[in-house]
Amino acid sequence: MSRRVRLVLFVVVAPVFAVLFFLATRGLPGFGSEFHPYGDRAVAVATGQRATANVVSSVNFDQRGVDTLGEEFILFGSVIGTVVLLRPAPGEREVGRRGAGRVLPTTRLAGYLLLPVTVLVGLYVIAHGQLSPGGGFQGGVVLATGWHLLYIAGRYAALRRAAPPTVLEIVESIGAAAFAAIGLAGLVIGGAFLVNFLPVGSFNDLLSGGTVPLLNGAVGVAVAAAIVLLLSGFLEQAVVLRRTEEPLAGSSIIAEEPLAGSSIIAEEPLAGSSIGAEEPIAGSSIIADGTEQR
Amino acid sequence: MSPTVEALPSLLVAVPLLAATVLAASGRFLPRLAIDAASILSCLLVLAGSVMLLVTTGSRRVVSWLGGYSPVHGSSVGVVFVVDRVGAGLATLIAALVTAALIYTWRYFDEVEGYFHALLLLFLAGMVGFALTGDLFDAFVFFELMGAVAYALTGYKIEEPKPLQGALNFAVINSLGAYCSLLGIGLIYGRTGELGFAQIQRVLAGQRTDWLVLMGIALVFTGFLVKGAAVPFHFWLADAHAVAPSPVCVLFSGVMVELGLYGVARTWSAAFSPVLPAERLRPVLMAAGVLTAVIGAAMCLVQSHLKRLLAFSTVGHVGMFLVALGALEPAAIGGLAVYVLGHAAVKGALFLCAGVLLNARGSVDEAELHGQGRDLPVTRICFLVGGLALAALPPFGTWLGKTLAEDGLSHAGFSWAGYLFVGVSAVTGGAVLRAGMRIFLGAGTSPDTQDDTRGSDENRETTYDVGRIPVIMLAPVVALLATGLILGLVPGLATLAHDAARQLLDPTGYAAAALDGIRAVPPPTPAESWTASGVLLGLLSVLLALVVAAVGLYADRLPQLLRRGADVLTLPFRAVRTAHSGHLGDYVVWLLFGVTLLTIGLAAT
Amino acid sequence: MTTLPYLVAGWLFLVGCYGLVTSRNLVHTVACLTVAQSATYVLLLAVGFRAGATAPVFGDIPVGTRVVDPVVQALSLTDIVVSATVTAVLLALTIQIHKRHGTVDPDELRALRD
Repeated sequence: MSRRVRLVLFVVVAPVFAVLFFLATRGLPGFGSEFHPYGDRAVAVATGQRATANVVSSVNFDQRGVDTLGEEFILFGSVIGTVVLLRPAPGEREVGRRGAGRVLPTTRLAGYLLLPVTVLVGLYVIAHGQLSPGGGFQGGVVLATGWHLLYIAGRYAALRRAAPPTVLEIVESIGAAAFAAIGLAGLVIGGAFLVNFLPVGSFNDLLSGGTVPLLNGAVGVAVAAAIVLLLSGFLEQAVVLRRTEEPLAGSSIIAEEPLAGSSIIAEEPLAGSSIGAEEPIAGSSIIADGTEQR
Repeated sequence: MSPTVEALPSLLVAVPLLAATVLAASGRFLPRLAIDAASILSCLLVLAGSVMLLVTTGSRRVVSWLGGYSPVHGSSVGVVFVVDRVGAGLATLIAALVTAALIYTWRYFDEVEGYFHALLLLFLAGMVGFALTGDLFDAFVFFELMGAVAYALTGYKIEEPKPLQGALNFAVINSLGAYCSLLGIGLIYGRTGELGFAQIQRVLAGQRTDWLVLMGIALVFTGFLVKGAAVPFHFWLADAHAVAPSPVCVLFSGVMVELGLYGVARTWSAAFSPVLPAERLRPVLMAAGVLTAVIGAAMCLVQSHLKRLLAFSTVGHVGMFLVALGALEPAAIGGLAVYVLGHAAVKGALFLCAGVLLNARGSVDEAELHGQGRDLPVTRICFLVGGLALAALPPFGTWLGKTLAEDGLSHAGFSWAGYLFVGVSAVTGGAVLRAGMRIFLGAGTSPDTQDDTRGSDENRETTYDVGRIPVIMLAPVVALLATGLILGLVPGLATLAHDAARQLLDPTGYAAAALDGIRAVPPPTPAESWTASGVLLGLLSVLLALVVAAVGLYADRLPQLLRRGADVLTLPFRAVRTAHSGHLGDYVVWLLFGVTLLTIGLAAT
Repeated sequence: MTTLPYLVAGWLFLVGCYGLVTSRNLVHTVACLTVAQSATYVLLLAVGFRAGATAPVFGDIPVGTRVVDPVVQALSLTDIVVSATVTAVLLALTIQIHKRHGTVDPDELRALRD
């Protein structure tokens, strides 16, 4: 249907949906009510027998651990999926990262200074998931951010050498497998899948919560590797992949094109995206710079 | 009771997950044979476990509280897997189909590095988890796991434009559907304060049916019905099926779509039935079913892209499944269960045949392939037999399921469903036969080629010399067809399916098993088997299918007057056809339209 | 007691759908999908709220303090990860669509018209 018809249909349907949703919310307990039976039970179990101060972590990694197992593998599957979708297509190949510019010394300094801080924060957040807000997912993302500080500091080539995608995939797989393996260990030792089979320790200690910190560690490793892998997949599209026929000349100008692979498109008659190749915008130098530091 | 069986449900999920991580980590270092062997082996393990569960569930439900949080006084903080015959049967079907797809893939893709196999195993785990779980939010998680993997599998052929668009349409619409489900879960949680099916059921018992539960249920169902491709949520299906690799299509059509319907049946029975009596749900499901069946069959008839044709035939069959499900009565649902098994086998074989054609001839377009399949003897026989089986030729499993469902429906007072079933079987089977005869026998004249979505510019999925079709690719085709035939001949299948349907429709027993530890189920009672009139109806639909095929092949030889009449008759369907625009925005509007209609439908009945 | 926070969720969902319906750029489409999804976070967290209660983390507060429902917070966390990863898959598809179709305007994508 045309844009117009589509919009008209939406304008007809959306208010009906809104009215129905309004009627439905009238049936909910009022905002801020005292009716939370499951929540109350979860708090009692976490603060009691499980000695896990952060109840949310107890729900995520212990009481409803299988949800998080599924979530971990959604992440894992999506990352494999993204790697598969962003693999070089026939007719594309990786080119050397030439023509890099400079990174401002201050940028580099800031990157290096922030790196240890970020890594420390990431590890702290992972390790304290059972005590305070945080855990494997949050800390893993912080760790991955630290990794990308290196990239901003202009070390993309070194970064790729240090952790090529193959290694990252293996690390991510190990993290995800560890989660499932801890679950199976619970089955063997405790008689139920994902059972919290370790001593829970004393409440509010760093080593409390039984398997919760262990699972958080597994998730932290997997998430950090996954995020680096994801972002590097997208960065490769921006700075590394080229159509084979294409001369290397225009390779440093791609960065500002929102959809990354613009220089590939510029070759194709269909795409009107050659603007990117003619007007390098200021911000482009950041990514282009990151492509090569020797 | 033996503790090992209690451990099985979680193993069925954990084993393929672990295998997937191993393949993803080591795939690029392993020889191809090892990748195939490892993935098929883990799949067979899941299959064996599922069969064990299927046997055990004859006498009792298998309940595992994950994390060891067995309920105290009927309440728990954990997540439970509750396996009855339907869940175990679905897990068996899933594992069998994934095995077939993996064997077929052996010679299908060249460069895989284990990714494709890892994705298939994750898909397997997601589907099995969804079939076994007894928790609303956990169902959403597994639903999303199968979704996220399915999107990537659909777009696997990145060098072509169509798979990418098909995958995007699939991903956006299915994600939006899943978020609808999650909104519904939020509403239901607000009311009940629980997430387990059984707990929700007990809290809802005795409550009145107000807008909150109606909209909550409608929203939860929306996600399932999007996956289940009910009109008007079905648009993504043809787009995704037409472009996904053929072995993936087998899984999509054979079981993923059916899992959507299972989600509706399970959540209704185990969780929502106290506030949504069968009389309220029945007309809604049946209306959606009739609409889906008619639109699917009509759209199937006008396709020349072979995989798109098969995809719309799936929509037509989903319509019939919805009607049978809508009876909410064991005999019809037992028939439905058999029908789903038969359909999965037959449709799987047909999709794999399309894949063979794509590899051997570089096309899946009916017009372009006119007469091109004459020298593919095995594929030819399989495809044509598959077409006949799809039209419910006795004694195929499709026929047995169809006739059992028809009998169940007519005993429940819905004898009109018989006409619908015969019609839809005839039209979808006829369309497949028409295409098969044109391609493999060179029958008829070349049809006009005005379609926008044609199968002619698809790329091959392999690069090896395709002079000979490898036996390993044909083996799953033959095996699936043979299974489809055997399913119709297995003596106890009708009884087993009837028993499964009875367990599915027993909310009290489900809740007692999950929360009170009362797991025994009543012994199966022998179900009514097929009748002579069922055989006649099966033969009738095959005959009609042949007529449909003949008319399709020789339409230009019909008298002018008849063709005019046909043009007028098909006028409404042209409008329906233009609605299948491939445009995401359109699909979103239809989805919103569907949710609204579903809510109002549940409220009005 | 008010129901306004619940209505915010409905509003977000519809706004996201409006964006999906009218979108002219697939990157925008993907963003709109996450807007629609954020409705689920708002609804879940609103449903779990308890007036005058604090976060369900007992690191600094005595056990027994009134806290909001931790379950919905755990669900939201799961939901957020799901959203982020599905977004990555969608953006990867969008990049490849841009390469193969030469456009990211849904109105220009005609390969699957029936």
